Amino acid sequence: MAIWIDENTKVVVQGITGREGSFHAAQCRQYGTQVVAGVTPGKGGMKQDGVPVFDTVQEAVEKEGANASMILVPAPFAADAIMEAVDAEIPLVICITEGVPVLDMVRVTHFMRGSKSRLIGPNCPGLISPGKCKIGIMPGPIHKEGSVGCISRSGTLTYEAVQQLSSRDIGQSTCIGIGGDPIVGTGFIDALTAFQEDPATEAVVMIGEIGGTAEEEAAEYIKAHFKKPVVGFIAGQTAPPGRRMGHAGAIISQGQGTAAEKIEKMRQCGIHVVESPAEIGSAMQDVFAQKSA
Amino acid sequence: MKIHEYQAKQILTQYGVKVPEGKVANNPPEAFEIAKKLGGTVAVKAQIHAGGRGKGGGIKIAKNPEEAKEIAGKLIGSKLVTPQTGDEGKVVQRVLIEEGLNIQREFYLGIVIDRSQQKLVFMASREGGVEIEEVARTSPDLILKETIQPGIGWQSFQARKIAFGLGLNAKTVGKASRLMSALYRAFEETDASMVEVNPLVLTEEGELYALDAKMSFDDNALDRHPEIVEMRDLSEEDPTEIEASRHRLSYIKLDGDVGCMVNGAGLAMATMDIIKMAGGSPANFLDVGGGANLEQVKNAFRILLLDENLKAVLINIFGGIVRCDVVAEGVVQAVKEEGVKVPVVVRLEGTNVEKGREILKDSGLDFLVATDMADAAHKVVQAV
Repeated sequence: MAIWIDENTKVVVQGITGREGSFHAAQCRQYGTQVVAGVTPGKGGMKQDGVPVFDTVQEAVEKEGANASMILVPAPFAADAIMEAVDAEIPLVICITEGVPVLDMVRVTHFMRGSKSRLIGPNCPGLISPGKCKIGIMPGPIHKEGSVGCISRSGTLTYEAVQQLSSRDIGQSTCIGIGGDPIVGTGFIDALTAFQEDPATEAVVMIGEIGGTAEEEAAEYIKAHFKKPVVGFIAGQTAPPGRRMGHAGAIISQGQGTAAEKIEKMRQCGIHVVESPAEIGSAMQDVFAQKSA
Repeated sequence: MKIHEYQAKQILTQYGVKVPEGKVANNPPEAFEIAKKLGGTVAVKAQIHAGGRGKGGGIKIAKNPEEAKEIAGKLIGSKLVTPQTGDEGKVVQRVLIEEGLNIQREFYLGIVIDRSQQKLVFMASREGGVEIEEVARTSPDLILKETIQPGIGWQSFQARKIAFGLGLNAKTVGKASRLMSALYRAFEETDASMVEVNPLVLTEEGELYALDAKMSFDDNALDRHPEIVEMRDLSEEDPTEIEASRHRLSYIKLDGDVGCMVNGAGLAMATMDIIKMAGGSPANFLDVGGGANLEQVKNAFRILLLDENLKAVLINIFGGIVRCDVVAEGVVQAVKEEGVKVPVVVRLEGTNVEKGREILKDSGLDFLVATDMADAAHKVVQAV
């Protein structure tokens, strides 16, 4: 078991004929993901590495049964691509593209209210259920099938955490990069809710960053509803206030979102927060040792 | 992207917001001429990107053109230190000279993006001239908030709620309502990330003016606003950061002496954290990005070395899309071309890591190779 994606997921790649799109579509297929279609407006009818390309997402759904979309189109077109996937009632839409304007996302979020779709991202590495399906740009081989769920706002830092887990023989059920932008489709709490219900997930790694209050809200949720152990880390403990650190999300402003505030809150809510990013794997090892003791 | 007060006022004026009459002076004689034309008492306001200018002595009242000239002379070219500039301060390039107003009351108005609601929020308070963060701390009840529904936009009833809430009389409420919808339109149409009028003033004559104005913009949306990009003032930014942004690298200068080069913002911040925990102090934040190529890595390394305080360098790359052999090749070439005088610690992991490590080993250069993040931090701090 895993959450949201598995060996039955059928993926359409929006932007499949682009440089990024074609490369990552191939990488996902190599991992074993069923990439059933691609969409590039105006290129319908052609094939990209054997995958049929359509003009619209609707056609990809009707003709190939796509039930998840991976979006790798340039930033100015990302909001439109997301809305097209939502309009075609694709249940899971993953937007990898970075640099999407925030006001575009305000409109997208509004457009999605009441829809049947879940959006992950934008500006995220995607998600992977090791051994079953990879929809994203993360390196497949570092992952290992298992029982730890990972949720993170950062890409490479998630790889770091996964590597620490896998090298200790701790596998993962599903790893989700929710994205570092101020407005994202899926938050920590959405993922936690799904992990709570997934019998294959025994524990969770939650990696946050400075900025916003998503980690604090997730901590409250964990205290009230989440029954599985959580190991946490917050990046940016030493970041200066008021500066944007790459991700739009990583900015401390208006006295909100400092690492210290987040860590304190998370600890109060029973999360095992490690101070050093090198201790994520060993902390999870301790969690499992305690469980079996 | 940030702009100056005078530029924000230019934008808001186009939307019908009233601002005090005034003009920018680049030197004292210009200040004199502008003040003379305006007549009477004027305000002389230093134009820098940081806030808190009043506290730092960057806003002065001049009773006549002579005084305006004198104040401008002192401000222009001087370093202004405000609570937001840091100790090094910012050099004032120009001042805004504005007519004096007969102020009756002062308010705060601002629009920001509320991440958790995923909507825009209008904020207002009776505490004009005070930073909204301060009001939020001391008297949060005084902040009025109205959430803007996407697709519907700012509504008159919301403006009335705020205007009456601020204690404005029936005669002024209509003006306030128009001013608020102007701010909202300006925000939406320029892809702003923040619009702030602090203070908004009510004059004895019953008019509303934006006495101060601050706007910043979403960097991701600048491509569709060339007119905003033209307002960018490069002299306000760190030269190394400008150079980095030309190569699409995300670089931020910090106070320490350990240079870092990392892929991904989260891992970059975590690397800074672990350096600090090991007893060191990061000299910068540098994210080479997800899809870095050879040139990108070389540029990043070159930019890193521009910092004179550097005593050691830590390269931490977790190869996903970025292949470790490409990074290693870039680092080796950069070191050979630039001639690095400080120790370089390299930690590579992920795609093609073996090839990457081999390239480093065969280069004949003296790299300190680390096995993991903790080891890398330890090694680089020892090398300082």
